[in-house]
Amino acid sequence: MSAAPQKVKAGAEKIDVTVSAVVQLNELVTRFEFKRRDGKRFPTFSAGAHTVVYMNDGGTQRLNPYSLMSDPADTETYAISVRRDDQGRGGSLFMHNNVKVGDKMEITYPVNLFSLDLRAKKHVFLAGGIGITPFMAMIAQLERSNGHWELHYSVRTKALGTYVDQLTTTHPNKVNIYYDDQSQTIDLGKLLDGQPLGTKVYVCGPKGMIEWVHKSAAAAGWPDTSIHSEEFTAPQPGKAFEVRLCKSNKTITVGENESLLEAMEREGVDAPFLCRGGACGQCETDVIKSDGEFIHRDHWLEPEEQGKKIMPCVSRFIGNSLEIDR
Amino acid sequence: MSKFQFPESIQSRPVYGTLEPRPGKYHLIIADAEGAEAILDLSEQDATLMANAHIIYIPKGSKLGDRLKALRPAQYYEGPSYQAAASRIERVLASAHMGTQIYLTGTEGLIGQAMRDCINAGLPHTAIQTEHRGSVARRMQCVHCKGITEDVITDPFECSHCGLNLFVRDHYSRRLAAFQGVCIDAEDPGNVPEKVELYK
Amino acid sequence: MTIQFNTETFRDDYSFKNSDWAIQRFPFPFHEDSYMYSVNMEQHRGGPKGSVYEKRFDVDEHYLSEMKDRALVLADDPLRCQSLPHMTLAGWDLLELIMVSKSEDYPDLFELHRDGDTWRWINKPMGIDDTFTFLDETSLPYGPMEYITRQAQGDFCVLDQRDDNLWMDAGMVTTQADWSLDFDIGMNFFEWHAPVPLAHEKGIFKRALKFLLNIPQGAPARRLNWTMTVNPLLDTSPENYHKWGIQKTTLTPENIGAKQHLRVELQSFFRLPRSNALVFPIRCYLIAFQDIVKSPKWGRRLHRVIRDLPEELATYKGFIDNRPMMLDYLSKYDDGLPTSPGVFPENETEPPLQK
Repeated sequence: MSAAPQKVKAGAEKIDVTVSAVVQLNELVTRFEFKRRDGKRFPTFSAGAHTVVYMNDGGTQRLNPYSLMSDPADTETYAISVRRDDQGRGGSLFMHNNVKVGDKMEITYPVNLFSLDLRAKKHVFLAGGIGITPFMAMIAQLERSNGHWELHYSVRTKALGTYVDQLTTTHPNKVNIYYDDQSQTIDLGKLLDGQPLGTKVYVCGPKGMIEWVHKSAAAAGWPDTSIHSEEFTAPQPGKAFEVRLCKSNKTITVGENESLLEAMEREGVDAPFLCRGGACGQCETDVIKSDGEFIHRDHWLEPEEQGKKIMPCVSRFIGNSLEIDR
Repeated sequence: MSKFQFPESIQSRPVYGTLEPRPGKYHLIIADAEGAEAILDLSEQDATLMANAHIIYIPKGSKLGDRLKALRPAQYYEGPSYQAAASRIERVLASAHMGTQIYLTGTEGLIGQAMRDCINAGLPHTAIQTEHRGSVARRMQCVHCKGITEDVITDPFECSHCGLNLFVRDHYSRRLAAFQGVCIDAEDPGNVPEKVELYK
Repeated sequence: MTIQFNTETFRDDYSFKNSDWAIQRFPFPFHEDSYMYSVNMEQHRGGPKGSVYEKRFDVDEHYLSEMKDRALVLADDPLRCQSLPHMTLAGWDLLELIMVSKSEDYPDLFELHRDGDTWRWINKPMGIDDTFTFLDETSLPYGPMEYITRQAQGDFCVLDQRDDNLWMDAGMVTTQADWSLDFDIGMNFFEWHAPVPLAHEKGIFKRALKFLLNIPQGAPARRLNWTMTVNPLLDTSPENYHKWGIQKTTLTPENIGAKQHLRVELQSFFRLPRSNALVFPIRCYLIAFQDIVKSPKWGRRLHRVIRDLPEELATYKGFIDNRPMMLDYLSKYDDGLPTSPGVFPENETEPPLQK
């Protein structure tokens, strides 16, 4: 531990971008392209990474993660494709209804929770609907490095077959399309039979599809670690909340996009910290009183300590009142 | 029953289980010496497994080969040593498919070497079942000359390649299929403690 | 910035010496008068000007001599640098990271010119001027990781991230504190740390792993680790232990000030973009006891830390036999006065030795 632990945000850095293109692909899916506002290059990334897009929806902050579908080697433009979800929390609707070319937005550095296993002798991609997006980047990466892959892509109808034409034209031998409205389904049993050792399967699609693949693979004797799947959980900075700092004799409000630690620092309170990532224990703070629910996002507290203590660098609170010993 | 209860140790030390039948279209079973007993136990849990099984057995003096043959596996091989069997194993793994179940049983040396070869062929180690039976002798790598000394049963022991006196560590490498041996008298040359049998 | 590079050895005649500049910026690891393991990670985004924490990859007066020593170690034992086949892309990521960082942080010493995939790298101190094609291994004299780490101080472990774990799948390891890359390559985080006493039970590694798995691009972290070495020997590898182990027995009360060294590792953690791997540079700094005690605070503190260190740690760190002699020496520099918190020497404000 140095004498100068650095006061910086420990999360994914943000990039100021301008929307450079909005391309409606079909009735449900629109592609959005971004360029950096400062003229610099985007960071390159590993295929399967996503970026989190910040949206200001009439005063409500939304953060939605979207897979980067652009070629990872393309550092001039980032591209995402968003499927409009009329029943969702509003993020995709905001994108479809409000975002136009020239708009200024903020997105995060890429984060990858669904990366290629570079040891694999062969990669099998199973996509359902909008789940095609991470595979667009993966295919670009593997084509560049001469990796072996094949895609099995299930879509509702020809009209809603996002990127089907592009994929089947560019890679006729490796792309298989299955149209729901023609009762075409991926023959998973056949697909899982006869693959060489060292094959990895990646599935991105509805929850049901993911479960079906895991179960079928297990029944066919595949190790579960050979099946990779991604389910998006939207990151929460969370709602703003008020905290009474008993020692400092202040009541502060923690904004939506700052941590409790950052809010204290902003208010001039000298709170201890080190890793700013929930793992080192340095910022551990006693809870004096609380009426509400804690959102513990750290890797430090034991289960019995939760609620009696809080880690301000990553954890939050929802409720009527919170008093802590700072 | 020749199962040994290994004392609890550090995180890199392999821990063995008990073989159980798992779904798969092909079962590759590799064993030496008393490992045959575990195969017989496995077959009792599910006799249908053998119709799609390939048993590779290194008897090392045991007489259990005939009982394994009597299980009527789809393929059966008996060999004098792992080294002799190695090219066959490599060939089998080269054309094996995902959905192959692997069962390794017998000495740590046999299990370790077979595990290493299966991992190199593309299987995750967590998917490979292991059960220890028989001798508790270890394969040791001399960290100084990199030579492997087989069947080590005492601590300390002499490296069979460079002759240094080495103490036995529990630190284990799957890639090398060996435990680590380190010079015991570097700081006091010649002062080599009495050999003690492992686990005594 | 101009750095005067030493010509010195880390073996044989051990001509290694720290200048006054190197001594005052030494990464003393103890912020209080005792020591126990902790997840002591912090963000690696700069530090006090001139300190070892300021730049992404610190370059100091020992640079050229350390690279020479590395070349000798590799000539003697090529297995100190290995990369499993799938890690080549991570090697390119590391090459880019080091070249970009050093050319930006030390523009007088390093230059990087990029024209698409054609890169030209100039390392003035080492007299290197190479043009190559990024991502084409055949255009470099070594694989990318080996190429660039032959020009960067400290060891480098490149960790593949998969199955919620980190795997030591590549590395350049020539200045290690007694562990073997050849043995550990392919192991995961808990496995390669298996021999460390006490830490597993304290949950240190579980928490540290979670933190490391979540390090994103652009937000590197760092921490300090430490041990003891007799003589300024960088290559304290298990491979050569049968040759250097005996040096531990050559300490005497007369020579301990010059020969006993505190060995500190400044470890950092960077997410690599194309491979999603994590690079773990381990930068080794050495300082002789007689130079540490020039700072009254450090002298007081080091005595107390070594005196009160649990036996398992002193044994694991390899100095249990020499501890009594170390304490005899260090106690002369401990007058019992209190010490200020934090790692810096604070020579202007700490009281001089009252003995």
